[in-house]
Amino acid sequence: MLAQQLTNGVLLGSTYALFALGFTLMFGVLRVVNLTYGFYFTAGAFVALLLTRSYSLPIWAALPAAAVTVGAIAVVLDWLLLARLRRINAPELSSLMVTLGAVLALYAAMTAWLGPDIRRLPAEVLGGEAMIFGPLRITQAQILVLIATAAMVTALLALMRLTPIGLALRAMAENPDAAGLMGIDTGRLAALVSFICGALAGAGGVLIGLNFNAIQPYMGEAMMLRGFVVIIIGGLGDIRGALIAGVLLGIIEVLTAGYISSGLKEAVAFAILVAVLWTRPSGLFGRTQTRRA
Amino acid sequence: MNRTHFLAGAAAIIAAALPGLAAAQVQIGAIEILTGPAAAYGIAIKAGLDLALDEINARGVLGGQKIVLTVEDSAGNKDQAINAARKLVGRDKVVLVIGPTLSNEMFAVGPVTNERKIPTVGTSTTAAGITEMGPYIWRTSLPESDVVPVTFKRAQARGVKTIALMYASDDAFSKSGFDVMKASAEKLGITIVTIETFGSKDNDFSAQLTKIKGLKPDAIGISALVEPVSGVVLQARALGIPKETLLLGGNGSNSPKLGEIAGAAADGMLVGSPWFIAKPDAINTAFVTAFKAKYNKDPDQFAAQAYDTMKIVAQTIDRAGAADSEKINAALGKTDFNGVMGPFKFTAGRDPASSDGVVVLEMRGGKFGIAP
Repeated sequence: MLAQQLTNGVLLGSTYALFALGFTLMFGVLRVVNLTYGFYFTAGAFVALLLTRSYSLPIWAALPAAAVTVGAIAVVLDWLLLARLRRINAPELSSLMVTLGAVLALYAAMTAWLGPDIRRLPAEVLGGEAMIFGPLRITQAQILVLIATAAMVTALLALMRLTPIGLALRAMAENPDAAGLMGIDTGRLAALVSFICGALAGAGGVLIGLNFNAIQPYMGEAMMLRGFVVIIIGGLGDIRGALIAGVLLGIIEVLTAGYISSGLKEAVAFAILVAVLWTRPSGLFGRTQTRRA
Repeated sequence: MNRTHFLAGAAAIIAAALPGLAAAQVQIGAIEILTGPAAAYGIAIKAGLDLALDEINARGVLGGQKIVLTVEDSAGNKDQAINAARKLVGRDKVVLVIGPTLSNEMFAVGPVTNERKIPTVGTSTTAAGITEMGPYIWRTSLPESDVVPVTFKRAQARGVKTIALMYASDDAFSKSGFDVMKASAEKLGITIVTIETFGSKDNDFSAQLTKIKGLKPDAIGISALVEPVSGVVLQARALGIPKETLLLGGNGSNSPKLGEIAGAAADGMLVGSPWFIAKPDAINTAFVTAFKAKYNKDPDQFAAQAYDTMKIVAQTIDRAGAADSEKINAALGKTDFNGVMGPFKFTAGRDPASSDGVVVLEMRGGKFGIAP
């Protein structure tokens, strides 16, 4: 049973990490706690729902299509909501409030348009039966989440560490004004980051919607709290930290529920958050006074 | 501003402009969840209320007066529900309030309306203790304590001796359903092997279900709203909890959504219900046909309860003889109504009097049928 519980923990944790990847990148580079992120997550799931339901697209086509669509939505929303605030160097609290207002409006509009019911991707998109590995049972959706999380983390780390764009992004994360003076087009980079984050959130929405079979307008809101925990414990803007923190949070929650009490699951997880912030205010892997991307 | 509200507003303006033509109206209010994660319930209820209202206003009450229903959105939030109640009572001068949707909200609104002596009729509030809040608080929904024991008795007849219980611990409705499940199991001598909780917005139940799987109970009783129940059911089967383990649901599981989301995974699940869409009597068939014609979808239990409640309220206003809260409250006690839920009367404690209408349903191929 312990083996299955640890597997449960890793699987749950990967959904947290998958959700948090774009969120932490957005914060790390753009220095904005962008609450519309939860909406991108929801939007990804709904785009995939439309493509698989109405156009009978297979999941391998619907997933990238949803990611690209949501990436584009994210660019537009970032331009509408935040570009001006960035230009006039508005305090962080303003962008937080703007995105809070926007995300609530977006959720409400979506509910008004599509209804509040929960839906799922068509069952034939991916077999629901579990695969059995010795004592362990894992569904295909869960395996897809694991693979996608690993692939996205690798791709993001490669982008940030090995490419000129990554260098520019890190420079922008360090100091946007100085980066601009060095000839980096920070406006375009902001759009690029928005696109990547939107695409990551959209893909996360598809995969997590597939995994939990619960697609509804407020699904992003429900993930947001865990998303915050993961990016804070992992260190704001730290991609590797988000992965480790996500998986750790998942394992801790599952083990608490499995062996102590399911009622204490959240209490333990959030007590750990508090303890981490007391001892390491910049997160488990964060260094004080540096910004990482 | 919602549509009913808008229409009510428009009607009020016309009434003010044309005093000679406007007939007197009876103002009543409803507080339901129209936005947010639990909006499905409030929207179903509003649909049921509106349908009944169409039929009532074709003739009117008190000799031709129209009932004007103002529906306020609580968004599932207690504070917003209280504000809605204050607005309905203070500004719209309603003589009666229907709702709110969740037991949680009723516990917040009840003291407010009871103090102002405005009769308040819950159509979907099933938690224990609702009507004990005061002499103006009523409900037409059978409390879970009447429905769940019927389901558990049926499970026992199928050989269930041990059970694991799961419930959403952050929701009064789910907790109250769980209390009833626990009491029913104890009363019937079914051994409870474990009690597991989760959050009503959780998506992952794997830890609790893996633990339950290790304990091999004959049945799992789940008390929560349909969204988490569907997730629990799907994950239970994915984690290899066998078909032989009977799944038992409370009132929250009683929704066609369960089959749509959980599909074949929910097959065999037993759920007690105060109402069933395929109940063959004439009143029910007429309701289902009219509902489908108006909304182009099947009604659920929440719409059915709301529909009956609106009819009961209209009948009561007629019996009271005036649009007066005190008279209506007195007349509610003498309700004798036959609706889609079956014959209906109130107990002296303002709860529904009989649980004879309860049917045990079984999931088959993603749809509910009457359990054999």
